Amino acid sequence: MSAHITSPAFKDNAKAALADPNLRKAMAIIAGPMAGRRVESASELPEFEALRDEAVKIKNHTLAHMDIYLERFEAAATARGAHVHWCRTPREARETVLALCRSRNARTVTKGKSMVTEEIGLNAFLEQHSIQPVETDLGEYIIQLAHEPPSHIIGPALHKTREQVAELFEEHHPDYAPNGIKPGPRSTEPQTLVSEARAVLRERYFQADVGITGANFLVAENGATMIVTNEGNGDLTQSLPKMHIVVTSIEKVIPTLEDVSTILRVLARSATGQEMSVYTTVSCGPKRPDDADGPEEMHIVLLDNGRSEMLGGELQELMRCIRCGACMNNCPVYQSVGGHAYGWVYPGPIGAALDPHLIGLEAAQHLPNASTFCGKCQEVCPMRIPLPKIMRHWREQAHDKRITPPMQRWGIEAWAWLAQRPALYRLATRIGMTALRAVAGSKGRLRSLPLADGWTAQRDFPAPQPGGSFMAQWKSGRRR
Amino acid sequence: MLTPPQEAPHNPRVGLFVTCLVDLFRPSVGFASVKLLEEAGCRLEVPDAQVCCGQPAYNSGDRKDTAAIARQVIEAFDGYDYVVAPSGSCAGMLRDHYPALFAGDPEMKARAEAFAARVWELTSFLVDVLKLETIQATLPAKATYHDSCSGLRELGVKRQPRQLLAGVNGLELIESPAAETCCGFGGTFCVKYGEVSADIAGRKTQAIKETGADLLLAGDMGCLMNMAGKLQREGAAVTVRHVAEVLAGMTDQPGIGEPNWGGSEPR
Repeated sequence: MSAHITSPAFKDNAKAALADPNLRKAMAIIAGPMAGRRVESASELPEFEALRDEAVKIKNHTLAHMDIYLERFEAAATARGAHVHWCRTPREARETVLALCRSRNARTVTKGKSMVTEEIGLNAFLEQHSIQPVETDLGEYIIQLAHEPPSHIIGPALHKTREQVAELFEEHHPDYAPNGIKPGPRSTEPQTLVSEARAVLRERYFQADVGITGANFLVAENGATMIVTNEGNGDLTQSLPKMHIVVTSIEKVIPTLEDVSTILRVLARSATGQEMSVYTTVSCGPKRPDDADGPEEMHIVLLDNGRSEMLGGELQELMRCIRCGACMNNCPVYQSVGGHAYGWVYPGPIGAALDPHLIGLEAAQHLPNASTFCGKCQEVCPMRIPLPKIMRHWREQAHDKRITPPMQRWGIEAWAWLAQRPALYRLATRIGMTALRAVAGSKGRLRSLPLADGWTAQRDFPAPQPGGSFMAQWKSGRRR
Repeated sequence: MLTPPQEAPHNPRVGLFVTCLVDLFRPSVGFASVKLLEEAGCRLEVPDAQVCCGQPAYNSGDRKDTAAIARQVIEAFDGYDYVVAPSGSCAGMLRDHYPALFAGDPEMKARAEAFAARVWELTSFLVDVLKLETIQATLPAKATYHDSCSGLRELGVKRQPRQLLAGVNGLELIESPAAETCCGFGGTFCVKYGEVSADIAGRKTQAIKETGADLLLAGDMGCLMNMAGKLQREGAAVTVRHVAEVLAGMTDQPGIGEPNWGGSEPR
């Protein structure tokens, strides 16, 4: 019972997304300002490219010695009084979290933003067991109210317009009355909406028995877990309740704090264009006897979910991902259809490369295909992950395992067969081009084409120039 | 990216990789390439056994057929000093992807690598290898340039076409902030995910129209046909051409997808 999967319906999802005016309004922000801020902040740092190289080196080294660093992390975290729980599957991770919550008789848990909890479908599972999760990241809170999954890994509610957010708040906070005054029509000003969410959430922090966060980094040298946030909600989530559970995955381990500081310098710049996130929080074990506050217990749930199988293979480079979201902000396909169309937790190019491994190629086969291979994702990825190459790997797997739709496979194979027989190819294409020219007449283009309405529904199709193919003209002696 | 030679080679023997879209849809780009290369001092030939670079199969996951097509291309262009294509996408395929297709065959891999080292995109070959600084051409127009993804990101084609276009009399180049943004073509993607592709193309044509240019140029027929088709469906008054036609001064043919009232079918 992991997160619900609609990836097989990518085409329908995409069609619905393209027809959704609110989504189109919201997505314009991603294509414009979000992508633009990254360029600006990177260009202000002369050593940005060198930092990327350094960050890649750190991650490659860590992945090559993953076992050592994970054990080192566990030892150091345990020495600080935290408990590390190794979980092979999403199910093990959910059960572990549930058992921990039950040990505290938890009724309410607050949550900081965590994609791994989305990956394991934690919220639905806790609700089934009568534990109410409360998302405290503003975006996560908004989509929790809307009963929707995140559409972006760092901006889960980026698909919502502020008008939609104001409507949700109107519906869910009927008694909201700042300073005892009930507001009239809800403002759609972002600042007012943020204040409202803060006021409502503040109550919930104190009711929570357990606080769950993710982790951006696990520091092997000192056993610390780290999160970066812009709202400070993570700090309240993890320090107010008696128990702090970190739900994260094994590839987050980094050898030293020094290494983390290098990666931090590329992370926020790539994600939001900030130099640093507003909060960078380092958690080293539970409250010590002399500490003024903090959780009494700290647990770290370390999920594998197929990640260790990625080591040493075609997919290993995906484990460098630091979940900044730059690939989706800059992806032309993501900019058109948004995150939900991808149908599972990780959307955009990183999802297209990762999801087939996590949910199976059969279910996710559209995702690596729904890419123009423009290469922009690889260009902006701070970790220089060769995302198109990995998408192509999945296309090859789908072709070899005959998952690709038969018509498509036969079409390509027939074309490839022809392409290896130049004389026959020239004859066949001559017939085809002559037909196209005949239909186009003197108009020079076609408004519809059988079998290619994917093109001609919204675009004209240029007809071949008169005079025959280049090769035919060249052979007949034309030179200029 | 390849390091160009220090000095321009003298009278090199060049094989033109025509590319299937130029061959079938826009032969004038092939003839413009011939003119540019010959006037720059190349001994130009067009090997007969060439068909396509294999990208449709490669990007559809059909590695076996792609390798067979690659072998055919490598053999067809055996013995040339350089292989030049009026397309960043096809040149990128030949140069960046062929060697990886023969991972299990050291002899063929070495051949593919030696082949790849001789492959260039047209404008980059003229500027980086032949050290051409300017060209003689005239075209009064306000143009904007689209950087095709593969040429830009795999081959570093960016400044070369602009440097040459700067020499075209009467041509004013207006840069679009979206010059490096994908047009949504993506090979078979444009039909498989037609609606998404058209939406991406729509953002692109919007950006093109915002420049106020009356001429759109690029170095790849796939992107050009896509953008031309979208602009024409929208009724935009923008002529679309391959950069080679402008550089060669061969703009007597109508733009891509434009009416050809005097056109006749060849016999």
